[in-house]
Amino acid sequence: MNAARKLACVVVLTVCAVSLAANWLAPAGYAKQFREAPSAPPSRQHLLGTDEVGRDRFARILYGTRISLLLAPAAALVSTVMAALVGGLAGYLGGIWLRLARGFTDLFLSLPWLFLLIAVRALLPLNVSPLTSVLITFLILGLLGWAASARVLSTSADDLRNSDFVLQARASGLHGPRLFLVHVLPNLKPVLYAQFWISIPVFILAEANLGILGLGVAEPLPSWGSLLRELEDLISFREEPWRLVPLLLLAVVMTSFQLLLSNEEVSA
Amino acid sequence: MPRGKTLLWKIARHLAAIVALVLLGGLLSATLVRMAPGFDADERELDPSLNAESVRALRQSRAGEHNIFSFYAGYLRGAMHGDLGTSHALGQPVQSLLRERWPVTARVAGVGLLLAWLLASTLAFTACLWRLPAYETLGTAVSGAFLCIPAAVLALLSVILNAPGYLAIALIVFPKIYRYSRNLLAKSYSLPHITAARARGLGEARILAWHVLPVAGPQMIALAGITVSIALGASIPVEALCGLPGIGQLAWQAALSRDLPLLVNIMVLVTLVTLLANSGADVMTYMLKAPEEFA
Repeated sequence: MNAARKLACVVVLTVCAVSLAANWLAPAGYAKQFREAPSAPPSRQHLLGTDEVGRDRFARILYGTRISLLLAPAAALVSTVMAALVGGLAGYLGGIWLRLARGFTDLFLSLPWLFLLIAVRALLPLNVSPLTSVLITFLILGLLGWAASARVLSTSADDLRNSDFVLQARASGLHGPRLFLVHVLPNLKPVLYAQFWISIPVFILAEANLGILGLGVAEPLPSWGSLLRELEDLISFREEPWRLVPLLLLAVVMTSFQLLLSNEEVSA
Repeated sequence: MPRGKTLLWKIARHLAAIVALVLLGGLLSATLVRMAPGFDADERELDPSLNAESVRALRQSRAGEHNIFSFYAGYLRGAMHGDLGTSHALGQPVQSLLRERWPVTARVAGVGLLLAWLLASTLAFTACLWRLPAYETLGTAVSGAFLCIPAAVLALLSVILNAPGYLAIALIVFPKIYRYSRNLLAKSYSLPHITAARARGLGEARILAWHVLPVAGPQMIALAGITVSIALGASIPVEALCGLPGIGQLAWQAALSRDLPLLVNIMVLVTLVTLLANSGADVMTYMLKAPEEFA
């Protein structure tokens, strides 16, 4: 691991650790309104000031980071499992199954990602509790984000199906699920890990886009999307530069993920 | 197969695939719409001025929508006659809404795409020609920075800085084109015949035009098809936040007001445009790869 990747790893782990410590670092919580100090500038009480309803921005960033950073991997896990089921199995079975799966993934991939996301999000109720909105948002990301990974996995599984050791295993009498579980799936692990890690920053960005468009996590729960939405009424960067902190934090974390994902993993 | 017929066969296969995928996509969207919570609800039923008979008539008018297949067949029948239904939220025919909004999206996304390609290919070509480490690092850092920022934030920043919407689309698409084309060109420049051409004293412009572009060209065209889809996706946040009355803004409004029939039609339209762009790129790539067949 080179120095840049080590640094990126430290940054991601630090941000995760700090967001997990939100309860101790910001005991007032993300929803408490300091009505005597709405839209306040940074001070000793409120390190990054308050929003227009008097909520502490620092606390909201910590809790929002926790939600975005913990649930994006959960969504990535869902999408990777789905990709393994669709792409991995289709590649292993080959023939008509592979062609069907590729046709289905092509259909999914031909739909622009953001159009698909907002369309499916709109199919579900919008007036839901904040917790339900978190679950819906990240579940949608997980359930819709599998197609690209499935395409990669189907190709890898197809290659494995025709590899010498699988042919030998077949010749030795191993068939069906056992062959898939014992010989194919373990060899797909590197591709699965790569697809899992690649999906995380994609889902973080997608949640941010949905949140800014008002289709993500519902108030008062914060997420990076809803925090970035507050930039809508920003008049000047010079007057309130502290309001750019969520954007800076997101950029730092995304850059770290980019550095963590080496070229080999991205091309896997 | 005789020359030229191969191309026609390829085009026909693409068209058939497009029709099949659009029909399947439409069925999928219609199924999701039918299964969406609250599909059967109509706000007009809450109007106290309507009597029981009027409410029953309203319910009766939607009776045909209960079965997914008859709902979709009805939709297709209407679509063939140019009737795409009526938007629930805006109360206007979907067809006229799409006709009004599409030119705005085509212009904004088109100019944005053109700018992105201009910027990315200039940077990628100069990086490969000059081979200055600092210049390459700068290009990678700039494209990486834009990759890390959500499309909606770039749209917001363009509003704050009074920049045009197409510039935001250009900056959203640019890093994807730059990264891919930079890698592609670097790979092409590392081929042995390029080294041989350099050793024989060929000029850089000639090497680029005669030896690099023919290798990288087909994949660049394939990338062009994909970037149409990226630009269309970027049009949602850009149009919604910059107040541009295009398809992206319409999709966003339809999503917020849960105007499902409008959303289905937008999805079908966007899928069609994306598929046409990808198929067009594929056919052009094929023609570039096998030019002797069309001589």
